[in-house]
Amino acid sequence: MLELLSFGPNGWGGQLLGGAAMTVAVSVSAFLLGLVFGSLGASAKLSRSLALTGVAEVYTTVVRGVPELLVIYLLFFGGSGAVMAVGRVFGYEGYIELNAFSIGVLAVGLISGAYSTEVIRGAVQAVPHGQIEAARACGMSRWLILRRILVPQTLRYALPGLGNVWQLTLKDTALISVTALAEIMRVSHVAAGSTRQPFLFYTTAAVLYLLLTTVSTVAFERAERYANRGVRRA
Amino acid sequence: MNWELMWDSVPTLLRGVPVTLQLVGLALLFGAGVAFAVALLRLYGNRVTERLMAAYVFVFRGTPLLVQIFLIYYGMGQFELVRSSVLWIYLREPFWCAILALTLNTGAYTSEILRGAILSVPQGQIEAARACGMSRTLLFRRIVMPVAIRQMLPAYGNEVILMVKASSLASTITLLEITGIARKIIAQSFAVFEVFIVAGSIYLLLNFVASRLIRYAEWRMTPYLRARG
Repeated sequence: MLELLSFGPNGWGGQLLGGAAMTVAVSVSAFLLGLVFGSLGASAKLSRSLALTGVAEVYTTVVRGVPELLVIYLLFFGGSGAVMAVGRVFGYEGYIELNAFSIGVLAVGLISGAYSTEVIRGAVQAVPHGQIEAARACGMSRWLILRRILVPQTLRYALPGLGNVWQLTLKDTALISVTALAEIMRVSHVAAGSTRQPFLFYTTAAVLYLLLTTVSTVAFERAERYANRGVRRA
Repeated sequence: MNWELMWDSVPTLLRGVPVTLQLVGLALLFGAGVAFAVALLRLYGNRVTERLMAAYVFVFRGTPLLVQIFLIYYGMGQFELVRSSVLWIYLREPFWCAILALTLNTGAYTSEILRGAILSVPQGQIEAARACGMSRTLLFRRIVMPVAIRQMLPAYGNEVILMVKASSLASTITLLEITGIARKIIAQSFAVFEVFIVAGSIYLLLNFVASRLIRYAEWRMTPYLRARG
């Protein structure tokens, strides 16, 4: 039975490994995209503009309150249409189709971004206001304050929360398998179907996910320790 | 935007609400039982139960729910032992497989919430109860549990919302709850946005009601924090 997991011509080992690589690729891209959405969302929520706060509020409420699967279906069935509609505004009449990878990254990134928004907003607000005032009193410009005072500390405060978001993102990529992208879940599903060994392959998938989440837990712990190296602990 | 189609899809999608509510309700009910047992075994059990329960929580929190659902629905039926057992009446139904997966999943998360809440009960209160001569079970029933449940409610509220959303995965094993019906309508009519708006609104409404209920429970349990009228 273990032969089925081997790397030989009769084994699914190679494909499963490829699936794991695809899962990591989608997760990392979606997480990074989510950080971009999250930073934009957080700055919108903290801005004085009522319209911007409103838009960001609707974004986080809807995406966090609606099942991930529904968001994925929205982009899977409607993503290409939306992109073409945008293209038409800019005068491009041709046919555009998003591939499964970009749809997956976009969908999971959108979800990840909603959670990142809240994490980053909380972290920005955790930076003591006195420090901003002090920096301003030193004559720093807004950009310099952002670069030297706000961003480094925000990163440190946001790290634990972002670790949680990463775990969520990693697990959400399993849902992308409904779009037939060959990540862990999809490969296992295909393998389970053609070998009639569903238990073996879904257990393997579970082990692969456990491996990924465990490694990332350790990585984030290290990163936190590094980020807090200058902080005195009680 | 096709308003007519959107309007027509409302009653169809609403037909999925009872299934979603059943999935969420039963999973939360059974999950609470699992969480309670697991938290107690981790906190007051011996080293073996402690390790076993920690492993259970680790596995179910570290893998996607979709894997768990597929493992139970497709994986279990592979074994002759399971198929010939009495449990097969339940395990061959996608509904009960979904309930089982959701229960085990929420049980793992909730047990962590409950464990944290029990550990956060101030030591002074436990000492005081002991000084009053309470037995261990009485102390647990009258002091630890009420304080812990109050403490865990906000985090549990998040878990309830996660469960409402997680129930949508039942559609992947052919259950026609809200998301399953939404997918079917989309595949037939290609009215992606219209259906998304209606189905999404139903979920938002469910989650809004759920969070209100939890907040009400929190309010009921903290009379001492309210101003005396």
